[in-house]
Amino acid sequence: MSYHWDWSFLFQNIMGGDETYLDTLVSAVGWTVAVSLTAWIIALVIGSIVGIMRTLPNRYIAALGNAYVEIFRNIPILVQLFVWMFVVPELMPHDLKMWMKQDMPAKEFITGALGLGWFTAARIAEQLRAGIQSLSGGQRNAGLAMGFTLAQTYRYVLLPMAYRIVLPPLTSEFMNVIKNSAVTYAVGVIELFYQFNQINEETSRSLEILVIVGGLYAILAYAANRLMTTIEKRTRVPGFIASK
Amino acid sequence: MLSELDFSIIPASIPFLWAGFLFSLKITVTAMVGGIILGTLLAMARLSGGPWLAAAATAYINTMRSIPLLMVIMGFFIIIPTLIGHPIGSENSALITFTVFQAAYYGEIMRAGIQSVSTGQVNASFALGMTYWQAMGHIILPQAVRNMLPLLLTQTIVLFQDTSLVYAIGAKDLFRVATNIANTEHAPVEMYLFVALIYFVICFSLSLLVKRMQKRIAIVR
Repeated sequence: MSYHWDWSFLFQNIMGGDETYLDTLVSAVGWTVAVSLTAWIIALVIGSIVGIMRTLPNRYIAALGNAYVEIFRNIPILVQLFVWMFVVPELMPHDLKMWMKQDMPAKEFITGALGLGWFTAARIAEQLRAGIQSLSGGQRNAGLAMGFTLAQTYRYVLLPMAYRIVLPPLTSEFMNVIKNSAVTYAVGVIELFYQFNQINEETSRSLEILVIVGGLYAILAYAANRLMTTIEKRTRVPGFIASK
Repeated sequence: MLSELDFSIIPASIPFLWAGFLFSLKITVTAMVGGIILGTLLAMARLSGGPWLAAAATAYINTMRSIPLLMVIMGFFIIIPTLIGHPIGSENSALITFTVFQAAYYGEIMRAGIQSVSTGQVNASFALGMTYWQAMGHIILPQAVRNMLPLLLTQTIVLFQDTSLVYAIGAKDLFRVATNIANTEHAPVEMYLFVALIYFVICFSLSLLVKRMQKRIAIVR
């Protein structure tokens, strides 16, 4: 192939300003990390609540949890983001709607992180439900028989084990959040994929920027993997298969 | 509020949405068939292809799995014309991208499927004088596919949802058509709620099918 590689565009100033394309990429990585981490925290909180709801003895609460998971798992993330962006504000009372459309600060970031967070929460809820249900029924009964309330049984008996069991699937889910964060470009978050398109259009150094941004995503996913593996090792309980 | 919505836009746009849906379906079916075939070859390369072939297949799968699908879609849209010298259009680009991208994911499922068949069966087929390809084709792969059927189908549901990402290169799938109508007719609420409902109904029904299938396969084993 006779393609002429040229990496010098990275250090060129953009449109006569002081900023170089390298600076843009650094800030884009920052936004990708920020939107992914925010979404991840939202997903952990909502996913935990919904996951626990699905294992409660009350049938109606469990059904509510199941409905959440089915809805957020069976609609594509891109469609969900558009619903958050264009539909949700319209369904609000008039004053709130006007505020959301015009004055809301960091609208794109909040929409992107919320959308990605609620989407990921459904997957975490599914993992956590499976984790709780994989514990033997004796544990729950033993907790209750000891005089723990249902809440205490979850807090001190079931959840400490369930969270450790679901850590490996959560690792891949964390990597998925980082990859899925690319979709938030569609609602205007200036993250890696957004800047990839921007720089590609402005410089036409397509293959170079493709290699760089692809590599950055791979590095981010790898970093996420290392982080979660460290947590896994720190929290393991001796005597279980996962702790070998 | 809801009372201000005008859902009469929906019946009027059905023919366009249908055309978009057919294209989403075309990507899904093409990528499923092509992806499972390529994926099976990748899995065989990883398991029994010799060190170099196995390393190449592993590298391919890991690369595809560590980059966001959006990047891959855009990447192929840029690379293919550079390689062959002329543009191929966003529709063809989408078909090719999804097939080779999904191959990595189906490949991992097929690898687990092949490994789920006991080694005794592999040895037995070789003892009967079968060649590698005969053993694979007649003994191992049929069982691998059967064991992995629920996972293969679940991956296909994910694939169907992911087809909405061809939005990025402007290929006219169901979602792209819906956004176009939402913009030109100024009916974002009605359109986005309606496509969300379509995706939900299709994916939810398929996931119920997978659940039933899991039960049936569990009895067979």
